[in-house]
Amino acid sequence: MSELQQLNDSLGDVDDRTEQYLTFLLGDEEYGVEILRVQEIKGWESVTHIPNTPDYLCGVLNLRGTIVPVVDLRLRFDMPAREYTPTTVVVVLNVGEGAQRTVGVVVDGVSDAHNILPEEIKPSPDFGTSISTDFISGLVSIGSEMMMILNIDRLLRVKALG
Amino acid sequence: MSIDISQFHDVFFEESFEGLDAMENGLLNLDEGAADIDAINTIFRAAHSIKGGAGTFGFMAVSEFTHVMETLLDEMRNGQREVTSDSTNLLLEAVDVLREMLTAVQQKTDTDDERIAAVNKQLAAMLAGEKSAADSGDEDAHDVTTSEENAEQKIAGWQITFHPHKHLFQTGNDPVRMLRELASLGDLTSQLNDDGLPDFAELEPEDSYLSWHLTLKGDISKDDVVEIFEWVDDDCDLEIEAIMQAPTNVEIAVAQLDKNVADPVAEVQQESKSEPSSEPAPSPVKAVAKKAAASPPAATSIRVGTDKVDSLINLVGELVITQSMLSQIGDNFVPNMLPQLIDGLAQLERNSREMQEAIMRIRMLPISFAFNRFPRLVHDLSDKSGKKVELKLTGEQTELDKTVMEKIGDPLVHLVRNSLDHGLETPEVRLAAGKDETGTIQLNAFHQGGNIIIEIVDDGAGLNEEKIFSKAVEKGLVEADADLSPEKIHELIFLPGFSTADVVSDISGRGVGMDVVRSNITGLGGSVEIKSKRGEGSTFTIRLPLTLAIMDGQTIRVANENYIVPLISIIETLEVKESDMKYVSGKGELYPLRDEYVPVIRLYDIFNLEPTITDLEEGLLVIVEGEGQKIGLFIDDLLGQQQVVIKSLETNYRKVVGLSGATILGDGNVALILDVPGLMALYRDPSLAKVITSERAA
Repeated sequence: MSELQQLNDSLGDVDDRTEQYLTFLLGDEEYGVEILRVQEIKGWESVTHIPNTPDYLCGVLNLRGTIVPVVDLRLRFDMPAREYTPTTVVVVLNVGEGAQRTVGVVVDGVSDAHNILPEEIKPSPDFGTSISTDFISGLVSIGSEMMMILNIDRLLRVKALG
Repeated sequence: MSIDISQFHDVFFEESFEGLDAMENGLLNLDEGAADIDAINTIFRAAHSIKGGAGTFGFMAVSEFTHVMETLLDEMRNGQREVTSDSTNLLLEAVDVLREMLTAVQQKTDTDDERIAAVNKQLAAMLAGEKSAADSGDEDAHDVTTSEENAEQKIAGWQITFHPHKHLFQTGNDPVRMLRELASLGDLTSQLNDDGLPDFAELEPEDSYLSWHLTLKGDISKDDVVEIFEWVDDDCDLEIEAIMQAPTNVEIAVAQLDKNVADPVAEVQQESKSEPSSEPAPSPVKAVAKKAAASPPAATSIRVGTDKVDSLINLVGELVITQSMLSQIGDNFVPNMLPQLIDGLAQLERNSREMQEAIMRIRMLPISFAFNRFPRLVHDLSDKSGKKVELKLTGEQTELDKTVMEKIGDPLVHLVRNSLDHGLETPEVRLAAGKDETGTIQLNAFHQGGNIIIEIVDDGAGLNEEKIFSKAVEKGLVEADADLSPEKIHELIFLPGFSTADVVSDISGRGVGMDVVRSNITGLGGSVEIKSKRGEGSTFTIRLPLTLAIMDGQTIRVANENYIVPLISIIETLEVKESDMKYVSGKGELYPLRDEYVPVIRLYDIFNLEPTITDLEEGLLVIVEGEGQKIGLFIDDLLGQQQVVIKSLETNYRKVVGLSGATILGDGNVALILDVPGLMALYRDPSLAKVITSERAA
């Protein structure tokens, strides 16, 4: 038995339809994004504030010559702010049709990557007008925890960036 | 060996369009009556290359059309035809049609067949009208009669003796291709003559030694045969004899090919005899062209002078030397090498700056590229409007970034049209006003500071302030009782929806003009100003940055944030005394700058920042100008000046009012570049900043 086969067996059967999700934490809540949309994960560095923009838009940073806007997801979701330290994580995502725009999001920390089958994703609950959930495309149970899958195209569309 | 010649199409189109420009320029410079033989030759050569190229690539419609033009030009060249304004205009129109045809072929779209046919007919009519004159006393008369005889008798085919000169291959021609093409016309039998072959030891593999006796049978026009040899007629001995259907193969005439072009009259006569619908025989080339899939519009290219490329190569060489020197220092660095390191870094800085300049120079083109279309435009418009106009161009060699050039073309056309249509008077009015009946329009280009200035000067009637004002009132653009200075009234013509032309002509007067002109120019980071005096004329001054990608910036500090102001928009920076300030209704702050009052904008106010300095005497006032208006920006401090590379905020985000973009500073941080007209808009209407922030999903 070759090593590769052993490795495959130990991992169990991987369905073709599984998609990998990167999960990150905001407080106690766990959110997931399609891993193929993640361009890179980098540490916090100072950004340049853009005048007349909402507070959840931290500003823009220089990502190897391109100007990339950075959104603080805590503030975006009206959670209490947390101080930025060098260990604060910025997840750089490709968003939009054809993933043509690059946007960074500030999160508390990156937690894991999960393989998820489409049928494991449950529809997001409807809270009516009390909580807007239109940027959550579904819920997934991982053990006893719940993960929310973010629709980043909707969440980070230009008009929603302020 | 077969070559896919479609790969040369782009080059052909590029050259053809250049050729058309050359023809157009030449035609505009032709004086009536006294034709300058050099000018006609230039036009003729351009037409000839287009015809030949089009034939080679199988664009038969183009090549046939050009052929008629060429014939006409050839008559002019030989002095058989007078250069009249009629013929020049017709040829200019033909150039337009040809340009359309080539564009259509290039983009694989349909052509306006009616217009082509109409112009073709006019050309043919002009040729036919001169036929008798051309026939008499023509030294080619012998050829004419023989070909006429040939045409009258039934031609059974052609005897061709084709003897290429030795250097044929060096000209890039291949006899095999020609033979193959001949074979596609009819029944071809060829007899190879290898008498010229030397002994093997003396044989030069790159020379051509062979010749052929060819018999081509079928009802084929001589044109088709001649065309195949068109590219080699200087490089071979060629005899084409007709085979008659008469019982014996009597040699009636030997048509020796004229060196440059077959005798024009005969060709035209033959052409008129063949049915108009006759398609030239399909050649393999044509099939290739048809098969080629629809390609996107060709990528643009720049022609760069070799000297510019050479200087770049030199600079790269220096850069490499500096780099190796620095890495040597870095490899075994000891503190006492610090001076060397500093020297090396200084050299690196110099190298990269020189390199940057050299690369920017590659993008620089003389503004004559944009000016070239104006002689034609003015020629056409003055014909149409009955005004006499002289166009003067100066500073055509002034260099401008290619991108700026492409975008400035249309605004310039609009301004020149306006000057001609609205500015210049008719000859009668001019004479009555005591002016020369010929009006002048001047286009001047020159450098001033880091800017390029383009002036459009006319000596016409000048702007009519009353008319502009009443029009603006009528359109509801200003209040009827507004008291405006003449300069302010001039500014009104830049408002959207403004047009004073009483009659909407096809030249101008649709009211979509000047505001688009201004927004295009400000979009390029430039400005446009008017100076006008009644009865003496108007001057439009366009001020443009030399290049779009890099600009000189002044870093300023406000409320612990750094911003960059384009140096081009800064007029001066001064310290303010509180006692100098004037106030409008207790709030609006004005600073008296010489003879005008400049509104003061506190940058932290419109950007909603936490101010660090609010006392005017502690900070600085930067007087900036945008859209012809001055404002004073109140800032904390001036920092350094530097060249900045402009990066778009829109790539990943959106346009922000008051900012024109961002740049990356030496330390890797991002700095935002202020947009002066945007700041003014934001000052007048602070709600602009809130437009987008209001939409928040969560």
